[in-house]
Amino acid sequence: MVKIFKYVIIDILRNKIILAYTVFLLVLSLSIFNLEDSSAKGILSLLNIVLIIVPMVSILFATIYIYNSAEFLELLVSQPLKRKTIWLSMFGGLAFSLVTAFLVGVGIPVLLYEASSAGIMLITSGVLLTVIFVAIALLAGVKIRDKARGIGTVILLWLYFSLLFDGIVLFILFQFADYPLEKLMVGITTLNPIGLSRILVLLKMDISAMMGYTGAIFKDFFGTTIGMIISLLVLLLWIVLPGWLSVRKFNHKDL
Amino acid sequence: MRIILFILSCISLSSYAGVIKVGREQQHKSITAAIDAARAGDTVLVDGGIYYEKNLVINKPIVLKGVNQPVLDAEKKYENISVKSDNVTIQGFVLQHTGVSSIVDYAAVKIYNSRNVSVIDNIVKDAFFGIYSQYGTRCLIKNNTLTAFAKTEQSSGNGIHCWKSDSMQIIGNTVTGHRDGIYFEFVTNSVIWRNQSFKNLRYGLHFMFSNNDAYINNVFQNNGAGVAVMFSKEVKMFNNFFQENWGDAAYGILLKEINDSYIEGNHFEKNTSAIYAEGANRIFVKRNIFKNNGWAFKIQASCSEVMLEYNNFLGNIFDVGTNGSLVLNRFNNNYWDKYEGYDLNRDNIGDIPYRPVSMYSMIVERNPPAVILFHSMMVSLMDKSEKIIPSLTPENLKDEHPMMKPLLL
Repeated sequence: MVKIFKYVIIDILRNKIILAYTVFLLVLSLSIFNLEDSSAKGILSLLNIVLIIVPMVSILFATIYIYNSAEFLELLVSQPLKRKTIWLSMFGGLAFSLVTAFLVGVGIPVLLYEASSAGIMLITSGVLLTVIFVAIALLAGVKIRDKARGIGTVILLWLYFSLLFDGIVLFILFQFADYPLEKLMVGITTLNPIGLSRILVLLKMDISAMMGYTGAIFKDFFGTTIGMIISLLVLLLWIVLPGWLSVRKFNHKDL
Repeated sequence: MRIILFILSCISLSSYAGVIKVGREQQHKSITAAIDAARAGDTVLVDGGIYYEKNLVINKPIVLKGVNQPVLDAEKKYENISVKSDNVTIQGFVLQHTGVSSIVDYAAVKIYNSRNVSVIDNIVKDAFFGIYSQYGTRCLIKNNTLTAFAKTEQSSGNGIHCWKSDSMQIIGNTVTGHRDGIYFEFVTNSVIWRNQSFKNLRYGLHFMFSNNDAYINNVFQNNGAGVAVMFSKEVKMFNNFFQENWGDAAYGILLKEINDSYIEGNHFEKNTSAIYAEGANRIFVKRNIFKNNGWAFKIQASCSEVMLEYNNFLGNIFDVGTNGSLVLNRFNNNYWDKYEGYDLNRDNIGDIPYRPVSMYSMIVERNPPAVILFHSMMVSLMDKSEKIIPSLTPENLKDEHPMMKPLLL
């Protein structure tokens, strides 16, 4: 398993895209911290990057990589290796390299400029989002055989999580405006890892105290230790569930 | 000759005013006895120690002065001091454990229907109402420290409470832990200057039906609901600090049915809503600093002729919120940190108007749970498109001459 894992990482490093991604993140976060007048504000701007770019790069890169390694996977499957091992090393290799890129590109600048609880939460949720979207990419890659359809689906999924989902939430809010939806909203956010990480980071910043009555309700849930643990567990579930489904699918897949 | 006569009469008058001492080693052991013995104009000096006088009533014009901070304890049953005469001064006492009642408003010092009463340099601890004036005129309440430990609004009283009073001076007091820090109802021509009101259960300052008053250089911090100014006219609010009034229903200032008033030179920092205006007419809001608030200025459509000029808006989540499309107010020459326009002729005034109401703030106003979408991509896209073609936000609510740089305030 370690051997395949290592091979995947070396292969990814060789095509230099991850390197470029790291440098891009690094330049971006350093310039944001240097441009904004307060580093707390820098965290807020970085949050946008983390919520939009990190999922997009993770999901697209992982999907394309899976499709391009189709022949390599066939080769590996012909060896006396467990399919589960092969697939998990693939997952591990992809996740590891993207997470490393994120930690170097965003993690280090954040720790340098704003090592507050909000900063730590930003790094944590960025790492989790990377792994989540790699897992989703793996699931899509194993489910859909056709490359163009696979990549298209993955782009739509990214759009859904970062844009459409919030649109649907807004739609629900206005359709059912006569009902008390605060509690329901807490439940609904767990359905979108991007939204959930956004709220977790925002609640770590003191602006959350100014969002009035509803903000207070959200803080009552997400702001407590139990709420925090539950949210992090939900994010972990977002890794485990697609990962496990993709392993199951890969075990029975006719390559 | 006249002057000499005047001076002579002064001396003779002052020689009449005797000094009566109260204390363990003095002639009088209790303050009540000393007051009974005193004549108008006398000074009663009270030595340090603890006194249980039940309800001390002052019914003649005297000066009651504490030496070494004597403690007057009302055993949680009585009113500490009741003032029922003009020209009384109470100075240098520690007044504690005032009675609590739901029928009578017991206070540490209560002024009944009197003129020229001064309450100076006292420490009021664990009182129901602190200093209470009813039908008081020209009274001075200065440099007192009031601390209470209120738990619920029903079982607690206000720090400085003035009802149907006129020409009051409330200066340099510190009020904390009461229901309302300072309470004004039917009080006219009065000034509230350099007080600190913090961590009170409800309002830092509660102001109703009180016309022609000014409050200047006060600090209102961390109160349950900030400051409320209601049903009054010609109120001047200058150079105050409104800070950290956070919470579900907290405001820096709540303006309700206020006419012809001035809000100038104030600092609003970290409030849920810095100013919330409802039914406010002809208000000048000038040279204030709004910094890091949830909403800097929430103005309901029921307001008219509110003028916002030369204010700095810095780091607020929402600059202006409103609930309708009717705009009868004016915004001019303010600095908005979210302004993205340009200044071609370099006169420091932006060439295109700024619209301080964002689409998202309208959505949150109509549908509060939508705060859950705060800072999401969806919201920023909507805000951007709304800026180009306003549909939901009021067309006329705009600053025609936004400043390019923060004003020096």
